[in-house]
Amino acid sequence: MILWMQKFFGRNGLVLSLYMLLVSFIWIVVMFVLPQLFMFDFSFRFNWTQIDPSKIGGPEDVYTLQHYKFLLLGSPNNPDPFNIVDVTVFVRTILAAVCVTLFDLILCYPVAYYLAHIAKGGVTRLMMLSLVVPFWINELLRAFAFRILFGEEGTINNILLYLGILNQPVDFVRENIALYSGLGYAYILLMIFPIYNAVESLDRNQIEAARDLGSPWWRIHWRVVIPFAKPGIISGCTMVFMLSAGALALPQIIGGPSSLWFTQIIYQWFNTGSNWPRGSAYAVSLLVVCVIFVLLIMKIFKVKFGEIGR
Amino acid sequence: MSADVILENITVKFDDFTAVKNADITIKGGEFFSFLGPSGCGKTTLLRVISGFQDPSEGRVFISGKDMSGIGPNKRPTALIFQNLALFPLMTVWENIAFSLEVKGVGKTDRRKKADELLELVALPGQGDKMVNELSGGQRQRVAVARALAAEPEVMLLDEPLSALDLKLRQHMRTELREIQQRAGITFIYITHDQGEALTMSDRVAVMREGIIEQVGEGTNIYDNPSTAFVASFVGENNAFHGTVSNVMSAKVIVSTGIGELEACLPQGIELNIGDKAIVFARPEAMSFVKQKNLKKNVIKTKVVHQEFEGHFWHLILKGTDDLKIKMSQINDGAKQVYEEGTELNVLIDHKLAIALPFGPLAAE
Repeated sequence: MILWMQKFFGRNGLVLSLYMLLVSFIWIVVMFVLPQLFMFDFSFRFNWTQIDPSKIGGPEDVYTLQHYKFLLLGSPNNPDPFNIVDVTVFVRTILAAVCVTLFDLILCYPVAYYLAHIAKGGVTRLMMLSLVVPFWINELLRAFAFRILFGEEGTINNILLYLGILNQPVDFVRENIALYSGLGYAYILLMIFPIYNAVESLDRNQIEAARDLGSPWWRIHWRVVIPFAKPGIISGCTMVFMLSAGALALPQIIGGPSSLWFTQIIYQWFNTGSNWPRGSAYAVSLLVVCVIFVLLIMKIFKVKFGEIGR
Repeated sequence: MSADVILENITVKFDDFTAVKNADITIKGGEFFSFLGPSGCGKTTLLRVISGFQDPSEGRVFISGKDMSGIGPNKRPTALIFQNLALFPLMTVWENIAFSLEVKGVGKTDRRKKADELLELVALPGQGDKMVNELSGGQRQRVAVARALAAEPEVMLLDEPLSALDLKLRQHMRTELREIQQRAGITFIYITHDQGEALTMSDRVAVMREGIIEQVGEGTNIYDNPSTAFVASFVGENNAFHGTVSNVMSAKVIVSTGIGELEACLPQGIELNIGDKAIVFARPEAMSFVKQKNLKKNVIKTKVVHQEFEGHFWHLILKGTDDLKIKMSQINDGAKQVYEEGTELNVLIDHKLAIALPFGPLAAE
């Protein structure tokens, strides 16, 4: 470690070395590890702030699992075998995030491949711009615009009615179609760019070699391109999944009135419920399950953690 | 098994650049045929046309008499070996070799069996379970050959596959490729800028310049009887003496050059008239020393600039009376003759080995 430090300072000089160490420290420790540790600690405490602030730090301020228990079983006088509402929302959020991720993957892989290996010069730049520029629009503005687009009187309904495909308008917002489309759309870039990066570094000759050996296009993708781009694909999927599962603004604005997103429940505990420890416990649970899920996927697809960083 | 390949007036244009002009050639079944030329001469484009990756702007390709227009690379009876080999890094060696069989739907045990047979053929027995990056350059080369052979092509196309290897290995692989070709009995079309490769391996060679096929023939014919100034200067080493034709005899001409009158042979099919601009080509090995200057024709006066040793040859860089450099080579007989810079020497250019060709562009040095 000391040797490494000596080398690091020797190579980069004092100013740059100190700067890099400081920024890394702030980025990782101050902004990431510490707040999460506070949340983690919080999730095991009683909500004394609301019940009796004088007990904070006193002998009764001990660790408890009651918030995690609440998430699973509900309040002590809950007649159901488990906390049906919260657990259902939890599971549905995860499943919906998986669906959004798969949807984005299917949508983005061909685009990323096209950008990396088929499009040339001007077309590539134009496509890149048309991917990036829409994201200059503020997220809230975009969400409300989606309400107009998907509303009962919205553009899509009008078009479908005009074309005679529908007889009656469909409430896309209530059916959550607006939400899933919005989430899918919001994270497209996070799916395209990691895949694009991975696919782009594939030697074109490999594709041609496979073709020359008689392979149809789908087998070229299945055997040559996708295995090569796997780290990029998993990286994109991880980000889209994590961000979808943790999204709050979009579910608030274009989510159906009857179906909650788990983050909304967390938000309620922090905000209207004034129960930060319970909110923390819910948030930690979501985080842990998401991380386990992602690690499991990486294990199944034999992608190492280091490869994601490429 | 082996198929003849006919290129019928192939022209390939990229925007306003013409990569290949009117290539018209018949490659016989079972032949080892090389396209030789400097980089950018259009040889790789031509190979891509044969393999189906590039559509010709004009002309047609026939393989075994069948018009290949509109037939994709995956449906042609050709297998291409890429310059960088393009082995699949995420597959094992045997999976690489058996890829074409996998495409055809051959079962795993049969695929493995065939891959092992081919590994045997290319002298890599028992290496099937390794990953490609665990092999050396020469071994990868063999895997690429095996992978192409597994597709049972009628025509094998090779795009400078030896260029990444070091000299010894390259020379060894030349012999090996030739042997594999003869054992497999299939047509090989080989692309190279290395005349040594082209001459040693091929039955016939086509020399290309700027998209045009300048000459087609057996290696010895190309070397001894080049038909254009470019071929003469590109294939092997050659001294070029520019001048004007001053006399024409049957199959012989006299050209007056900057270093005096030179007599040279006129290759078959080449015509020169008095007053034509011409170039006399004399290879370094077609020269020898003479004691007295005025005894014979084709004796030129030179000064030594520099002497190089290359094992079996001594090379002398000389300067003629027109100050242009002349290269001559002598077999190393162990005598270790050393010439000081500035030594005056009289050199005889063998008129039976020197040839005269019409003026034309030379290969870049």
